[in-house]
Amino acid sequence: MFTSVDDVSARLAETGYLASPAVATTVFLADRLGKPLLVEGPAGVGKTELAKAVAQVAQARLVRLQCYEGVDESRALYEWNHAKQLLRISAGRDETWDATRTDIFSEEFLLARPLLTAIRGDDPKVLLIDETDKADVEVEGLLLEVLSDFQVTVPELGTVTATRRPFVVLTSNATRELSEALRRRCLFLHIGFPEEELERRIVRMKVPGIDAALAESVVRVVGALRAMDLRKVPSVAETIDWARTLLALGADTLDEDIVRDTLGVLLKHQDDVLKAAAKLDLDAV
Amino acid sequence: MTADAGVTADVASRLTDFVAALRAHGVRVGTGETVDAARAVEALGLADRELLREGLAATLLHTTGQRQVFDPVFDLYFPHGVGGPEGEAADRDDLRDRLAAALTANDSAWMGRLAIEAVDGFGGYGSSPASDGWSSYQTLDRIRPQTLLARVRAEVRAQSGESGFADRLLDDEIRRRIEVFRALVAAEARRRVAERRGRDEIARRAVAPTADRVDFLYAGKDRLAELRRTVQPIARKLATRLAARRRRAARGSIDLRRTLRGSLSTGGVPMRPVLRRRRPVRPELVLLCDVSGSVSGFSDFTMLLVQALHDQFSKLRVFAFVNRIDEVTGLLEHGVADSEGLGARIRSEATLTGWHGSSDYGVALGEFAERYGDAVGPRTTVFVLGDARTNLSDPNLAAVRQIAGRARRVYWLNPEPRPQWGTGDSAAPAYAELVEMHECRTARQLGALIARLLPV
Ligand SMILES: Nc1ncnc2c1ncn2[C@@H]1O[C@H](COP(=O)(O)OP(=O)(O)OP(=O)(O)O)[C@@H](O)[C@H]1O
Ligand SMILES: [Mg+2]
Repeated sequence: MFTSVDDVSARLAETGYLASPAVATTVFLADRLGKPLLVEGPAGVGKTELAKAVAQVAQARLVRLQCYEGVDESRALYEWNHAKQLLRISAGRDETWDATRTDIFSEEFLLARPLLTAIRGDDPKVLLIDETDKADVEVEGLLLEVLSDFQVTVPELGTVTATRRPFVVLTSNATRELSEALRRRCLFLHIGFPEEELERRIVRMKVPGIDAALAESVVRVVGALRAMDLRKVPSVAETIDWARTLLALGADTLDEDIVRDTLGVLLKHQDDVLKAAAKLDLDAV
Repeated sequence: MTADAGVTADVASRLTDFVAALRAHGVRVGTGETVDAARAVEALGLADRELLREGLAATLLHTTGQRQVFDPVFDLYFPHGVGGPEGEAADRDDLRDRLAAALTANDSAWMGRLAIEAVDGFGGYGSSPASDGWSSYQTLDRIRPQTLLARVRAEVRAQSGESGFADRLLDDEIRRRIEVFRALVAAEARRRVAERRGRDEIARRAVAPTADRVDFLYAGKDRLAELRRTVQPIARKLATRLAARRRRAARGSIDLRRTLRGSLSTGGVPMRPVLRRRRPVRPELVLLCDVSGSVSGFSDFTMLLVQALHDQFSKLRVFAFVNRIDEVTGLLEHGVADSEGLGARIRSEATLTGWHGSSDYGVALGEFAERYGDAVGPRTTVFVLGDARTNLSDPNLAAVRQIAGRARRVYWLNPEPRPQWGTGDSAAPAYAELVEMHECRTARQLGALIARLLPV
């Protein structure tokens, strides 16, 4: 898919994703070694966005399994369409039961969920398993199975084997440790907060029209906040929001008033706002 | 490197040694990962060191925390270059001028080159020119990068003009850049030493271990903060283990008498063994913590850990001392939410010192026996946390004997390495004769000790 690490960076950038060297290298290797990519990192650093960007570059369909507490096989893998099966049974009154049964357990009545969808068909796909840490441990067993062989067995239909393996991205906020077995299947990528220079470029790309000097100040203030001991430090998503807010307010430079008034865009907890205001020498908020 | 060249034998053996060094630091690397790493090297080539670094990290690591073990080991096994830089030995003032410029430009590649020069010119000690060793401490002591702050600030302002609001951030930003330079110097000194003494040897000794293996006494501020963040996970693991032990203990042993009595109905054949049930009694726990500067990382951490385990005890009381003792159980309630502030709060809100500020175990333990003696009863297990360094005053063994006499058990956890017990002003051997004393240098050891020593 890619010829070099630079090629990865360049093509991701065309879609609006600016990759650090670590991100570009790991994406390149995941493609070369044909391994799933496990991306870990704080909220809002572009984990999900990365999978979307890769899909766009590869001109692949993005198949997304959003994990949550309680997600199960029937949501992740496949499910029989019971309502439709019932209709079919009551419609075909004169048939033998054997014939009906063969019929209702066929493709037509199968609801493919993301994991099955991702390994069927010949078109290129990116499988995004988002927020894997939110799913229960049992689901990990399922993922492990699918990601090892890229095949799924539907007892009534037989085994489906991928003819074309999807590019797989798993994301996690590390609220729970994923199992060692699953980790071993994957290449590991930690995305942290970007270097100052990269974040400046992200801001200028995502918030066109922002003045270069303002973008620089924005990133510096965010950097200072990240060095403080806060309950939740701002992420890239908040940096972008803040830059947009400033632009909307028509601010072309930062000053105490505007920072004080908009600090809430960056910080979500009131005690963080107070602490940051004190450290930034702002007057009472 | 071209793909068909494959991975040469030299690179392959370098990679194997590198993996072995990572394993020695507790990073679990399987064969599969090593094979992937070799394929990564093949795909990426060796020309760009930073790509190689990221490629190896992606294939060999599985968690974020492992990265800080990985980077220094990588620097040793895949160094920038070998030997020292070419050309004239650097002049100190000239080097400082260039460092100021690099800090002003915030150019870390440039800073890296200057770190190499600095170690080469000022870090060697022993009989030059064939130096015996390389010291980052000595290098930094000569270069004094921290004294460049004012100059860099002035230069930044001169170059880009007043940057308005963000100007107030400048000093901290420069300090962070200086920290980066210091780390680069440390890495370079390690590399030079490794060249001399063999990489494997240095990798074993000189790389910062994962947080739970850091010596409490030598952990810097950031490592301690990192360690405190591991309190909850460690506590969860411990709680599971303690609960399992308690279940096992409650299942108990076979009650012979009741088994035989039961067997009367089956003609004397003991068909159904009767288990002796023990009623699980949760232990009462008292902690006596030395919070003087020398060991505070250790006692803060232990307090937090025990606090996080509070469900496991029927009663938990915590006392802190330097040369006076005071109860701090109440201050701990919020301790877990704000772990960084705990030590500071204890030191500001409790009465821990009398008319001088250094630790005095004798006076503090005596005061405990006298004022809080009834906190200790036959169901109480007491943990004393501290290095037993009394500043040469009377260790007051009588007080310890008195506490030990009333308690169910007394354990002393000492964060100093065992060979140092009894050196200087340490009264450890004397206390160790009265109560069971254990060396407890890392979070890992502490976890194991608590799981073992805590009564069920
Ligand atoms: N390197 C980047 N290039 C371009 N945009 C980025 C980059 N990093 C982050 N962003 C932007 O930041 C925002 C948040 O990204 P995203 O939703 O992917 O975060 P996330 O890591 O998946 O967070 P969460 O853990 O909350 O799901 C997006 O709007 C994205 O466009
Ligand atoms: Mg996301």
